[in-house]
Amino acid sequence: MNILSAFVVVLLVMLVAVFLIPGEKKNAIRWTMAAGSMVILGLAGYLVWDFLAQREAGATDKFLFADSTVWYEGVINISYSVGVDGVSVAMIMLSAIVVITGVFASWAVEDKAKEYFLWFIMLSIGVFGFFISVDLFTMFLFYEVALIPMYLLIGVWGSGDKEYAAMKLTLMLMGGSAFLMVGIFGIYFFSAEDGGVLTFNLEEIAANAAMPIEWQRVFFPLTFVGFGVLGAMFPFHTWSPDGHASAPTAVSMLHAGVLMKLGGYGCFRVAMTLMPEACKEQAWIFIVLTGISVVYGAFSACVQNDLKYINAYSSVSHCGLVLFALLMMNQTAMTGAILQMLSHGLMTALFFALIGMIYGQTHTRDIRYLGGLMQVMPFLCVCYVIAGMASLGLPGLSGFVAEMTIFVGSFAHEDLFHRVLVIGGCTSIVITAVYILRVVGKILFGPLYKIEKVGDQYNYVSEHHGEVHHYPLRDAIWYEKIATIGLIVSIAIIGLYPVWISDMISESLEAVAAMLN
Amino acid sequence: MDLDYSQFLSMSHEVSLVVVLIVLLLADLLIKNKKAFQYLAIAAFALHTVAGFCYYTDMAGDAFAGMYVSRDAHPFVKNILNIGTLIVFFFSFEWNNNENKNGVGEFFFLTLSTLIGMYFMISAGDFLFFYIGLETASIPMAALVAMNKKCTEGAEAAAKYILTASFSSGVMLFGISLIYGVCGSLYFDEVQTAFTNITSLHIFALVCFIAGVGFKISLVPFHFWTADTYQGAPTGITAYLSVISKGAAVFAFMCILYKAFANEPDVWKSILWWLIVITITIGNLFAIRQKNLKRFLAFSSISQAGYIMLGVYAGYAEAKVGMSSTIYYILIYMFTNLAAFGIISSIENKTGKVGMDDYNGLYSTNPKLAFAMTLAMFSLGGIPPFAGFFSKFFIFAAVASTKVYGDYVLVFLALLNTIISLYYYLLVVKAMFINKSESPIETFKIDTMSRVALLVCVVAILVIGFISSIYMNIYNISDGFAN
Repeated sequence: MNILSAFVVVLLVMLVAVFLIPGEKKNAIRWTMAAGSMVILGLAGYLVWDFLAQREAGATDKFLFADSTVWYEGVINISYSVGVDGVSVAMIMLSAIVVITGVFASWAVEDKAKEYFLWFIMLSIGVFGFFISVDLFTMFLFYEVALIPMYLLIGVWGSGDKEYAAMKLTLMLMGGSAFLMVGIFGIYFFSAEDGGVLTFNLEEIAANAAMPIEWQRVFFPLTFVGFGVLGAMFPFHTWSPDGHASAPTAVSMLHAGVLMKLGGYGCFRVAMTLMPEACKEQAWIFIVLTGISVVYGAFSACVQNDLKYINAYSSVSHCGLVLFALLMMNQTAMTGAILQMLSHGLMTALFFALIGMIYGQTHTRDIRYLGGLMQVMPFLCVCYVIAGMASLGLPGLSGFVAEMTIFVGSFAHEDLFHRVLVIGGCTSIVITAVYILRVVGKILFGPLYKIEKVGDQYNYVSEHHGEVHHYPLRDAIWYEKIATIGLIVSIAIIGLYPVWISDMISESLEAVAAMLN
Repeated sequence: MDLDYSQFLSMSHEVSLVVVLIVLLLADLLIKNKKAFQYLAIAAFALHTVAGFCYYTDMAGDAFAGMYVSRDAHPFVKNILNIGTLIVFFFSFEWNNNENKNGVGEFFFLTLSTLIGMYFMISAGDFLFFYIGLETASIPMAALVAMNKKCTEGAEAAAKYILTASFSSGVMLFGISLIYGVCGSLYFDEVQTAFTNITSLHIFALVCFIAGVGFKISLVPFHFWTADTYQGAPTGITAYLSVISKGAAVFAFMCILYKAFANEPDVWKSILWWLIVITITIGNLFAIRQKNLKRFLAFSSISQAGYIMLGVYAGYAEAKVGMSSTIYYILIYMFTNLAAFGIISSIENKTGKVGMDDYNGLYSTNPKLAFAMTLAMFSLGGIPPFAGFFSKFFIFAAVASTKVYGDYVLVFLALLNTIISLYYYLLVVKAMFINKSESPIETFKIDTMSRVALLVCVVAILVIGFISSIYMNIYNISDGFAN
């Protein structure tokens, strides 16, 4: 069996296995999840290794590990086609890391754990299926498969105003896919010259390049906005803060860490690659919009009090940067964009994991009611500081590598319009520092606030409707440590030794960048 | 063309259904045990359904001097209707055993009479024959709707249905007579050649005709009977109305448009464009506010009718593509909607509850039913990997295949509407999974017949999309039709 299909197959086996285990045996379910996601991680590691080895050996195909089976033929031509280039390999690796850390971060889920993990697997199937597909139909199918579990994951296991947030998120993302679907029909029916064989295969469509420019002008914005909604492009980003804030920990991790990358990846792989002329013409509109995302997201994060909202707006800003850099359409900036996807995926997953772990104990995420946590839970807090440093671009961590590449690449445009926007985008680095340091200073350091010490035990004291609650506080336990350490190590690897990964991404982008210039 | 008995061979479906009808009439007189009668009726009809697949090949032919036509697609559609009807019978089993004890014979006889009307409607080669089929399908339906004799809602529903039906068939007859006036014939073939050089009279005739059929399919603005009738009718009949009756009418309508009005597609194309947009939108907007699940599904099925009409619309450019996507949509819509109605009817039979709020917390008490309902809702909303996604995708693709700007606008509007529809489908899911309830529907086991039927529907929803040969086969048989 093809190694790429193996990802989906392993997940399907997990789905069946978890389905068959009785709901009361929560530990069995958890360990099945852990074992399955270990296999996924192992497969992803092997995939990276083999991919690099094959490239080293001189494999020049655009997509390696390619495989294709005809599915529908005649009336509509659909194949199940898989294949990966450097970009998708990077995304698969990211997804594998976030999935396994997500499993450990959801170890504490008690309520309907079985159903929770079933939907969790469903979401993962969508994510992996999307990244391995090179057929537009299956890609879209997996894309929607990844979206719909979010509704129940947030609606049932979320917190706060979860019903509203779940509905808003689902409808906005599905709205995006309505735009996208029109774009996909356009791409398909213009995928070959009149009389030619129509195809959903990305490579063949790009090779045929049959869509006339006047139709590209219609379908490019539809496709780009369709994916852009998931990439939290201004003004379609409003689902993201509410959704992330209400989602349970691992779902926030997976959603911000991986699912939002589907948007950026789709913009690049489908909209920009298949409709390059229109992209060149209209890029400026979307550069402005994503530029707004970058700065506006960062400013919004500065004034939020809920930890998850802060991180959600920060995601808007960072994911905006991904699209922003992609639209710069040169190899360096685009490499930076993919690196930023990786880096943001890892650090935002780390953030959400940590926030979830803190919230699980204090039952509040409001930074006004938190203080001095460093004395209480040093491990989690040090991790939080590391995540913060990665987010504001400290050299040695992944954020620096990504943002540096993006801004160097973007600044290569010599005209005033691009220069001004790039400088505007750069200010987000400073603003990021503001909101990160604000949180770190407020909740981690400083005197204990609302926390009392009884013997060796710290308790969080909260008053709710006149009732006083005492929540015992503790530092991270083993499964939380696995999740956080796994993410921190990945962030550090990218930060310290980015060359192999940026080379892998960069060479896959060469052809696209050449076409777009 | 002379009539000889060999022509009856192409009418195998009708002949065998008439045999079933006669057997049931006699059996109703002789068999006093109602349960035994039901088993017999279901078995007889199941036999008919299976037989329908057997004399499937080589049934192309005409009868009654071309008033009756049968091509490759016709037996296939009749088989779909048979399967749907059979599922309805399975779901109604419990209801027939309890509430409808004294009307079991009527139930089967009337239902199958409407079914034979639908066969004729589908296979019509002539407007008059089509009209006879339509009436045969409509009038017993009113009696079926009033099957709940003791409840006033049932009487109201039936009255609304029969009054609207007679009015709309009046309008349609007027349209047909105008068509005869301008074309000099009622045969579809002859109308096809004569229906050219369009004048306003032609258009008026066509509009009257579309209005009449629009009632049957419950297109907006001919939909006013739908919600009340669906609510008042017994749930099995509602399911039958919303799927079988609608599917047959759409197919017959499509045949006529592609055949009789094939030379002037632009005329009906623009009418349909607007009809579809308002049908989908109005259906969706009204569905949002419904609290009774049967009314809710009534409006949902109105908007679904709009989606089905997209396939009919697409045929103005290429009949084969439009037809195959329509049949495929009807097939999947049938399984999906029947699953939803099946669950509603089992819960209604057990507890009498049909309100959306009654479903709060259903997952905690009846997880399997809630799961099946969720599948049905997701499939109706077009969420992959369920069958509804494939049927929506293909029907939109059929419209988009024309590469005309206005068609892309239509696809876009329809897609925006899917978001609205997703909203209210998710409301049902939300009620079952998220909402808490003080007094949820207690845990119960549904009867074996319903369970089997529900299982069939659920499996169909899960697998049909993945079996590509189904759609490809429908595409192949959709061929021999437009001539």
